[in-house]
Amino acid sequence: MTDDLLLALPLLLPLAAAVTVMLTRGLPRLHGPLNVACMAALAAVGAALLARVHDGAVLVTFLGGWRAPFGIPLVADALSVTMVLVTALVAGCVCLYALVDVPPRQALVYHAVTPVLVASANGAFLTGDLFNLYVWFEVMLMSSFVLMALGGEAPQVRGTVKYMATNLVSSTLFLAGVGLLYGLTGTLNMAELAARVPALGQPALVSVVAVLFVVAFGTKAAVFPLFSWLPASYPTPPVATTALFAGLLTKVAVYALLRTFTLIFVHDVGFTHGALLWIAGLTMVTGVLGAVAQDEVRRLLSFHIVSQIGYMVMGLALLSPLALLGAIFFTIHNILAKTNLFLIGGVMARLGGSFELKRLGGFYRAQPLLAGLFLVPALALAGVPPLSGFWGKLLLARAGLEAAEYAIVAASLAVGLLTLYSMMKIWSQAVLPAAADPARPPAGPVPRAQLAAIGVLAASTLALSALAWPVCVVLGRAAEGLLAPTAYIEAVLRA
Amino acid sequence: MEVVLAYVVGALVTLAVLLLLRRSLVSVVVGLLVLGNAVNLLIMTMGRLTRAAPPLVEAGAVLPEEPFANPLPQAFVLTAIVINFGLLAFSLVLTASARAIAGTVDPHELVGPEDTPPARVGGAA
Amino acid sequence: MTPPVSIVLHTTTRFVVPIMLLFSLFLLLRGHNAPGGGFGGALVAVAAYALYAIGSGWRQAHVALRRSPETIGAAGLAIMLVSAALALLAGRPAFAALRQDARVPGLADLDLATPALFDVGVYLAVFGSMITVVLALIHRARVMTE
Repeated sequence: MTDDLLLALPLLLPLAAAVTVMLTRGLPRLHGPLNVACMAALAAVGAALLARVHDGAVLVTFLGGWRAPFGIPLVADALSVTMVLVTALVAGCVCLYALVDVPPRQALVYHAVTPVLVASANGAFLTGDLFNLYVWFEVMLMSSFVLMALGGEAPQVRGTVKYMATNLVSSTLFLAGVGLLYGLTGTLNMAELAARVPALGQPALVSVVAVLFVVAFGTKAAVFPLFSWLPASYPTPPVATTALFAGLLTKVAVYALLRTFTLIFVHDVGFTHGALLWIAGLTMVTGVLGAVAQDEVRRLLSFHIVSQIGYMVMGLALLSPLALLGAIFFTIHNILAKTNLFLIGGVMARLGGSFELKRLGGFYRAQPLLAGLFLVPALALAGVPPLSGFWGKLLLARAGLEAAEYAIVAASLAVGLLTLYSMMKIWSQAVLPAAADPARPPAGPVPRAQLAAIGVLAASTLALSALAWPVCVVLGRAAEGLLAPTAYIEAVLRA
Repeated sequence: MEVVLAYVVGALVTLAVLLLLRRSLVSVVVGLLVLGNAVNLLIMTMGRLTRAAPPLVEAGAVLPEEPFANPLPQAFVLTAIVINFGLLAFSLVLTASARAIAGTVDPHELVGPEDTPPARVGGAA
Repeated sequence: MTPPVSIVLHTTTRFVVPIMLLFSLFLLLRGHNAPGGGFGGALVAVAAYALYAIGSGWRQAHVALRRSPETIGAAGLAIMLVSAALALLAGRPAFAALRQDARVPGLADLDLATPALFDVGVYLAVFGSMITVVLALIHRARVMTE
């Protein structure tokens, strides 16, 4: 397959699936399996791309055939391809779960919009142009609006209003930053920006733009103090939607931070990345404190999303090969574990009739297999060895010690303990004890598709834990490529 | 001219912030619209204001006639307008839904009480 | 049929709407080489449709559309994807412009190009999605007033 085709498929495949769903309204039974098949094909494309770039190579294609600096490049390096692959895996599992979870009245819109969300995330991962990145973010925002408001219950409308207002303002700030950067440099091609920004000789002005980007991406990634929209809106939609959001949306913003703050905004690392380190620490701590105080599964997990974004930003802020490796590894681990926890939470709530910890219970007795599967992502999230979260935190802590940033290392370890505490809270309140409401008739068996989705994600977490070393070798090259982006720049400008 | 436009952008952003802070979802949506337009104007200004011909290629020619305006900021702004337009349409429908479901467009009444009973699943007691 | 809102508006729209639709097609067809294009054309068409819906009632407007707006939008998206994929089939990067001169004997010389096809897709996609929004708003407004 040519590079042109291979790079375009992560966008075209899901969009084609979405169009097919919309045009075959009369065949609703086909939609779910179609999306699962599409995500499987997408994972195959991701694997094919990874086979090409795992050694540090960079693939480029220009949409419309216009070369840099005019055309919009799609760039695949080890980082972006890994994200595409993980996205396909997670979205496939969520689509599998959604086969039996989405009410028939909402199914058409759900199945039509979910692939669009995936396509826009892939676009954000692959694009090499800042304005195009803005466009993909907006497409993602629009499809997430539709998914979040789907169903139209009062709490959902409330959540969507918060989500909409905050995210639209942050998008506009992003656009303002893009506009200012264009005025300063005359280009929005990321590779060309990387070459031109240092030559500009105006670090103060670039810092202003960098702050706009931190605020914009920071809001979308839900970092301290810009995260309050997330716990307010994520718990409201159906689980099949929240799980996808939890795994994907904030991480796209983290990816954007990783990309821009290694490629473009490295003119004054002491200021920008110093600020990011503070943000990282405060995000971890406030997020986990919020989580500890929660008694509802989805709200608890939502606060954990915030807390764990802190670890990823910490890796970026330390800006060493080891730290970036840790950040990327942690991001992948977190996408897999977090999505799975939401899916299991959904099953728990359906069996127990509530998302409240107090009302749950009896899960272990009713579903011993699922209770065991719950432990995999929960303990991985808490960073218990030898699971994937442990390796991610180990890499980050090691990088922090090497950089002599002892405070952040101490914070990250303490946050790990509190994470373990709140995971055990779910375990001891909702999983182990007898059912809170014994009169409640036992729910039917868990549908096989949902069991499969949870199993695949748990197996992925286990595989990531067991294969941590080879994965780190590939991701280490990705991290080195971020720190010394000559290959990226040359591939785009010389293509 | 750039200075004048810079003040216009500033005034629009001020107005937008004022609207965003008002206690009505309709005002918030209008505020987002104004904010989007302020940023569009900012991009236009950052792309340099010139008195030049439109960047259109005449039939048979390869390049447009010099001096021509920079087409990129125009393309950016056009795209941003399109996106803003779509998001605005959605926000309006959402506002109408909020009005129809919750009976109010006051964000405080709408999103204020955090202690709303959480949604039950499967008809629990 | 619901009675028209105002007899003047109802009569006027019967003359104005066809002209607006023609203008929207004009914008679409000249779009790939001159000012105009699918987006602008579609917005004019949506404005015409909204005018028709206000003048003749939304039930009538819904009937006049024949297809559901979602289907129209999806068809537009499909056409956009096809125009992107055509370039890939020809071994060029996605969305690259392909041109083909076609001669219809005795009628016209056509300059067929994928950007024009893409524009048609944009036109239908924007038209479909905006009509969806317009109908949703009209529907909500009716729910509130009833």
